[in-house]
Amino acid sequence: MSARSIVPFGPQHPVLPEPIHLDLVLEDETVIEAIPSIGFVHRGLEKLVEKKDFQDYVYVAERICGICSFIHGMGYCSAIESTMGIEVPRRAEYLRTIWGEMSRIHSHLLWLGLLADAFGFESLFMQSWKLREKILDMFEMTTGGRVIFSVNQIGGVKRDMDSDTLKLFIKIFDDMKKELTALTKAFLNDYSVNTRLKGVGILTKEKAHELGAVGPMMRSSGIEIDTRKLGYSAYNELDFQVITSPVGDSYARTEVRINEIFQSIEIIRQAAQKIPDTELSLVVKGFPSGEYFMRAEQPRGEAIYYVKGNGTKFLDRVRVRTPTFANLPSMLEVLKGCQLADVPTLILTIDPCISCTER
Amino acid sequence: MTTQSITTISNENLISEVIKLKDEGYRLVQICATTVNSEYEITYSFALDYEFLCIRLMIPEEAEIMSISQVFAPAFLYENEMKDLFGIKINALSLDYQGNFYRLEQKTPYKNQ
Amino acid sequence: MSFASKSPWLIHYDGSSCNGCDIEVLACLTPVYDVERFGVINTGNPKHADIFLITGGINKQNEEVVKQIYDQMPSPKVVVAVGACACNGGIFKECYNIMGGVDKVLPVDIYVSGCAARPEAIIDGVVKAVALLDEKSKSISQGR
Repeated sequence: MSARSIVPFGPQHPVLPEPIHLDLVLEDETVIEAIPSIGFVHRGLEKLVEKKDFQDYVYVAERICGICSFIHGMGYCSAIESTMGIEVPRRAEYLRTIWGEMSRIHSHLLWLGLLADAFGFESLFMQSWKLREKILDMFEMTTGGRVIFSVNQIGGVKRDMDSDTLKLFIKIFDDMKKELTALTKAFLNDYSVNTRLKGVGILTKEKAHELGAVGPMMRSSGIEIDTRKLGYSAYNELDFQVITSPVGDSYARTEVRINEIFQSIEIIRQAAQKIPDTELSLVVKGFPSGEYFMRAEQPRGEAIYYVKGNGTKFLDRVRVRTPTFANLPSMLEVLKGCQLADVPTLILTIDPCISCTER
Repeated sequence: MTTQSITTISNENLISEVIKLKDEGYRLVQICATTVNSEYEITYSFALDYEFLCIRLMIPEEAEIMSISQVFAPAFLYENEMKDLFGIKINALSLDYQGNFYRLEQKTPYKNQ
Repeated sequence: MSFASKSPWLIHYDGSSCNGCDIEVLACLTPVYDVERFGVINTGNPKHADIFLITGGINKQNEEVVKQIYDQMPSPKVVVAVGACACNGGIFKECYNIMGGVDKVLPVDIYVSGCAARPEAIIDGVVKAVALLDEKSKSISQGR
């Protein structure tokens, strides 16, 4: 009979960029079960609505997470705008779309780097992050910030991009495509990378649906849902296909995210051509009342922003359901039956963002 | 934007409603609790493709509710969260952390003091 | 004698930060900013480390973790608090699960401000830490 043992994994572990704790139940080298416990980065920021008014809370919403920051701010603002019946100027919606897609590119590049680090391909990690710096430069050019921008406000955005900047961005992206193709080739075609990813951590379509997976995790198991198709911001006027893969292994998750990078570049190009000339923001009068569930597509999947107002400047409740939280059950599922040595790669393939999850 | 339907149901009908949704192919999106005076408002959200709907319970503070984790497996995370942060009593959880899912110093911070 | 200033190794721990400062710390270690050109290496092992970079505020859960990492580091050592949250709790100061900045539990030598702290500021903090490290190792060797 093989012996059972429990290996505690985390909170501080070289492969983990963030603290999470897992108890791995092992039979020899095989993981039988994984039990998570969280709370190392829990701040309780949902309760800050009692102390900050609904306009100041935008700054808190942006700090739910420093990687997904922009879309958190946008999702919160959109939710409030829906309860107040504010029609945001179209230019602002287009700018939100462009910044949102840039966030997706930078987040996916960051993830590619961390994945490369997890399977021990150091130079690929450095190359991915080098490319990512270009996106951060573009953010800094247009917003002044590298990771947290504070350009969203209730009723619109605070900064504009002029047509020269947009042209420049398209040019930068065109140049970047060559480098991106070279980089992603290594992920998709390299023999040793393939051995680490192909056939590892399979999540079937049925399981993905049953466990409520979201985002690339779900789409790489063959489910065709992308909340951008709901048409918030400017997505209803832009043409794009939902990217999926039927396979459901770690390789498929990598492939889907890589294709999404190229798709985001295409969406930015369309948005830059179609962007209308309107004002950037409306003056907001009154206070939010009523409730709304805003669904937005983060790089990691669907995020839910729930706000409930009571007609005063302080909200009753803000609740954020982040994509990593929804993907945790799927992560536990793919960990079952894997080898201990594959645990770091598998944890990374859901693209975990613990700071988002624990809020 | 599409309108959002929120149906308030009674505590006893929760499981039967949830099973109905499961049979129709919905997936669980989230569970959210809100403290309203001395009551809790618990909202369960489900989605089928791009359709989105919510069902809602209003329960007094000391009431117990049934876990839906036997029907929708991912619910155990949300229910443990409600238990830890709000102190809502939940029955028949598939995996009960006994209040240790979030390791907090201040227990049930969202509960009415 | 002051070999540390030629290649100080650092360990990074994410307190309860929003990730903003963390990715900027990592950005310092990757191309463009690349602190490795100063001989700085990021290590996961506290016993190898000279400089302790902490991002994010302190709560009851990670209090023990950071104290343990600090105790395991050999002297001389320098603690750098990176970002507004690590300095004093920042925007999350009033949250129920935040005790405050790193200086609530550890003696902080250098504070790097910013939300999120910029890579230039972090590098500046590390360079200051290196100078302090030299000073500390001098006083240790004189004391002997």
